[in-house]
Amino acid sequence: MFPNAFEYQSPTSLDEAVALLVEHGYEAKILAGGQSLLPMMKLRVAAPTVLVDLGRVPGLDARTENDRELSLGAMTRHASLEWDEDLWARYPLLRETAAWIADPLVRNRGTMAGSLAHADPAADWGAALLALHGSVTVDGPNGSRRVGADDFFVDVFTTRLEPDEVLTAVHIPRPEHDVFATHLKLERKVGDFAVVAVSLQVEIDGDGRIRRPGIGLAGVGPTSLHATAAASLLEGQPLSLELIREAAAKASAATDPASDRRGSADFKRDMVRLFVERGLRSIESRFDEGRRRSA
Amino acid sequence: MALETTELRPLGKSIKRKEDARLVRGQGRFLDDIKLPRMLYLALVRSPYAHARIVGIDTARARALPGVHLVLTGEDLAKLNLAWMPTLAGDKQMVLATDKVLFQYQEVAAVIADTRALAEDGAALVEVTYDPLPVVVDPRRALEPDAPVLRDDREQRDNHIFHWEVGERAATDEALRASAVVVKESIRMPRVHPAPVEPCGCIADYDGAMGKLTWYVTSQAPHAHRTVLAMVAGLPEHKIHVISPDVGGGFGNKVPVFPGYVAAIVGSISLGRPVKWVETRTENLTSTNFARDYFMDVELGADDKGRVTALKVTTVADHGAFDAAADPTKYPAGLFSIVTGSYDFPTAFAEVDAAYTNKAPGGIAYRCSFRVTEASFLIERAMNSLALKLGVDPADLRFQNFIGSDRFPYDSPLGWTYDSGNYAATLNRALDMIDYRALRQEQAERRARGEFMGIGISTFTEIVGAGPSQSFDILGIKMFDSCEIRVHPTGKVIARLGTRHQGQGHETTFAQIIAEELGLSTEDVLVEEGDTDTAPYGLGTYASRSTPTAGGAAALAARRVRDKGRKIAAHLLEVSDDEVEWDGQRFYAAGAPEHAVSMAEVSLAAYTNLPAGMEPGLEATFYYDPPNLTFPNGAYVAVVDIDKGTGEAKVRRFVAVDDCGTVINPMVVEGQIHGGLTEGFAIAFMQEIAFDEDGNCLAPNFTEYLVPTAVEAPKWETDRTVTPSPHHPIGAKGVGESPNVGSPAAFANAVMDALSPLGVTNLDIPLFPWKIWEVLRQHGVTE
Ligand SMILES: Cc1cc2nc3c(=O)[nH]c(=O)nc-3n(C[C@H](O)[C@H](O)[C@H](O)COP(=O)(O)OP(=O)(O)OC[C@H]3O[C@@H](n4cnc5c(N)ncnc54)[C@H](O)[C@@H]3O)c2cc1C
Repeated sequence: MFPNAFEYQSPTSLDEAVALLVEHGYEAKILAGGQSLLPMMKLRVAAPTVLVDLGRVPGLDARTENDRELSLGAMTRHASLEWDEDLWARYPLLRETAAWIADPLVRNRGTMAGSLAHADPAADWGAALLALHGSVTVDGPNGSRRVGADDFFVDVFTTRLEPDEVLTAVHIPRPEHDVFATHLKLERKVGDFAVVAVSLQVEIDGDGRIRRPGIGLAGVGPTSLHATAAASLLEGQPLSLELIREAAAKASAATDPASDRRGSADFKRDMVRLFVERGLRSIESRFDEGRRRSA
Repeated sequence: MALETTELRPLGKSIKRKEDARLVRGQGRFLDDIKLPRMLYLALVRSPYAHARIVGIDTARARALPGVHLVLTGEDLAKLNLAWMPTLAGDKQMVLATDKVLFQYQEVAAVIADTRALAEDGAALVEVTYDPLPVVVDPRRALEPDAPVLRDDREQRDNHIFHWEVGERAATDEALRASAVVVKESIRMPRVHPAPVEPCGCIADYDGAMGKLTWYVTSQAPHAHRTVLAMVAGLPEHKIHVISPDVGGGFGNKVPVFPGYVAAIVGSISLGRPVKWVETRTENLTSTNFARDYFMDVELGADDKGRVTALKVTTVADHGAFDAAADPTKYPAGLFSIVTGSYDFPTAFAEVDAAYTNKAPGGIAYRCSFRVTEASFLIERAMNSLALKLGVDPADLRFQNFIGSDRFPYDSPLGWTYDSGNYAATLNRALDMIDYRALRQEQAERRARGEFMGIGISTFTEIVGAGPSQSFDILGIKMFDSCEIRVHPTGKVIARLGTRHQGQGHETTFAQIIAEELGLSTEDVLVEEGDTDTAPYGLGTYASRSTPTAGGAAALAARRVRDKGRKIAAHLLEVSDDEVEWDGQRFYAAGAPEHAVSMAEVSLAAYTNLPAGMEPGLEATFYYDPPNLTFPNGAYVAVVDIDKGTGEAKVRRFVAVDDCGTVINPMVVEGQIHGGLTEGFAIAFMQEIAFDEDGNCLAPNFTEYLVPTAVEAPKWETDRTVTPSPHHPIGAKGVGESPNVGSPAAFANAVMDALSPLGVTNLDIPLFPWKIWEVLRQHGVTE
């Protein structure tokens, strides 16, 4: 349970961090919260020879919001998304999702960006970012670029990030209408990675029609998945039981889960159906209740 | 200084645990807290294959690594005749593999270095070439005639370890044939692991000048370990000093001797420096002693009125690559013959065939008195199936078949004499607490709405306190236990016992027994265990044996002290011995209670003012050989609601009523119950050490081997009935393992009860959500 010997670097600027990554290439690993990397190093599943700690790089914990989007610096911890009341009204999925991750100790250290970069297909943030239609900023030796969530995940533990690039910020579009979100997760015990998780967000306009629906899925494919066909079914429609069922079936059909000791592929597919259905129905009843109250 | 007089007459009081003063402050001293000067660290090289021939081991690169002091292989150990070691079960086990490996993670080489990290670096540099062999993971396959023979070191050319049977085979078959109803089930109790928070480890510190080995080890049985070591390593027993410091949970995991221990000792002797070996979590889960792994086929007969007629159990036991089970020597299948449980069977028969497989060796009695959990699970599950088959209420079926409270001592058909019990009273208490009839009503209403709610009952009888010397021994050593009491001049006591607690609270409960007998406060009594140089010989703490054995010794040693005290009191009171009375706190002259002396005064007199001719001092030792085992029982009721969407079984309530005879400290008992129920919950719903077909362990860490937290654990509602043991000196029975033994069946029965409208009577534990979902889906009743 001891990692191999490694060199620890603590750059104080982004340029310095990128330079270290360029210098050491595949030998180097970025250290953010350490909640995925360090356990792997202790098991010697990962054996980097250089760790580049982002902890002292200024600006990476910044948060900005304009009328288009919210931007979260890469060192934003799970816990701050869980507890920052400021964000709850406009970005409810952040809190809904953060609270499902691991335990308070891990949430105090782990970062959303680290989770996205790590790209575990069962991770909660991957599903949430897809449901949010988010994107990330990536900085490297050739400058800065934006990658949309739909484009970011490539395969198991693989993203569009190059070894000399840093994910510096996560961006989430600002909702234009009333926003409803929920994260549903089947876990075997508290703090467990998802057997299956479904991240849902919809906006509902003044006419009761769904806008910008997002359905992110965890644990049912080689990457976090976006159930786009199911989501487009919802776009512009009022929620109804029939529509919900149809969308749930579509989302389920879009998955490619593996059978393992957490359940068969059939089981996991059905959990997607169930959770999309349960999630949208809870959104529907919250929406209806809101209407009743304001009427 | 004034003498403290808190909590006189402490027996039966919820006194706060004395050991917690250090443990809750993080000031316990566990094995890994100990650092000796010049200490080195050992790491093991382990096999990635479940079955393979070793073609070659190249240690050159490891030995060349700066900081590495020694690399040991099986070949090195063979020169010392230590490549193999005997197991407690009379088999032998490889210490470091020589020509082949028999399970994944088997020990192949040991690297000793300046630091733990360097030792691991060195281990990674040992190059082992393997030639994979066909793997056998299922013990039923292992027993087929054409299965590959795994143990080519044995003369016997198959994988069969032993056949054991008890009871009347022919009479049982006949009774089953004549029965109006027979239920048959195949009940599997899967391989699990006790997974104590602290894994196993040791520090071997050999002093070459004095020829003395000091061995710090996470041990539940330090005296037995010393004897085994003397026998295996050929060191003189009086020059082995075993110290078992604070132990962070054992549950049977810390009874055997492991290869890492032997390697550390050889390393220390070779290098003349202390060598520490501490397992990683993965090593613990994959190599040091699993539990259970029984495949049980049961036939249970009843007459048309529902009275049980006969029980037959046929079992295949998976012992892994070496038979390293930790059972009393004459009981290769442990106390599995308790399988008739709480019910009055006229006849019964049980048999076990044990097999070698390419899996880690074991199995130990995980919070269990040697295969009692398997037996209890079997009978309680079978009774549930009988109730379903007869269409009667499972509580009523139990009342009908209980051994009546007037039948004790009761001779069971498989050879035990149960000491005492009032099973109906225990179950009645549990049913009242949970309001059973109302729950059944609610269940009927829910069923009508298509919901799945279940109520599961387990009314188990335990057998603990091994054990009486006529039949219980380990490698010939009788399973008595001991207590030595020294009362010092100011009336303060140090008591040492042959047991070794790992969280059970002995420092408090045994102090309560002794203080009660001596009229002192618990504060006056310091209990020490775990040091073979100071404590009297005993067989250790496991199988709920400490209170039945060492607890008895404590009471009887204290009575010896009191008997001498009485003579001293007579001298002080100036009356004759037979005129001295004892009121529980003081000696007084008969007829003159105001004319009294306390134990503290007597103690001082034992050193200062003795009657003529009396030997000075106030000490006693008692080696207690119990006349029988004790038979605690309990009635557990679980209520579950099944989520029709996910298949999750949510435990809504759980009531546990235990009867462990006289209760020494209700809070300690409750703590034991809470812990064991949480383990039982995990076994029923979350845990299995599973393997793929290549023998790869699928639960080698806590990501896959799930340990429940307070979030998952149901709220436990506990109570007790008290039916003292007639033969134990204070009427106490064991209790630590009852909740683990009794609860898995309650959970499983609740789930089967919920699913019974679908015709389901048996699903294998652990009851993962997907297993229940599969059933719901087959019947088209998912959400
Ligand atoms: C006990 C436990 C339970 C957990 N349960 C869950 C759970 O239920 N759900 C869940 O989703 N997650 C879970 N996790 C994982 C947790 O969320 C991690 O925090 C997260 O996966 C990684 O974030 P980190 O900041 O800790 O990254 P690190 O561990 O520091 O890094 C992870 C990987 O990402 C790379 N990386 C990190 N930051 C960047 C960056 N800015 N740019 C480029 N690459 C980067 C690193 O080089 C490394 O390869 C659990 C972890 C633990 C220990």
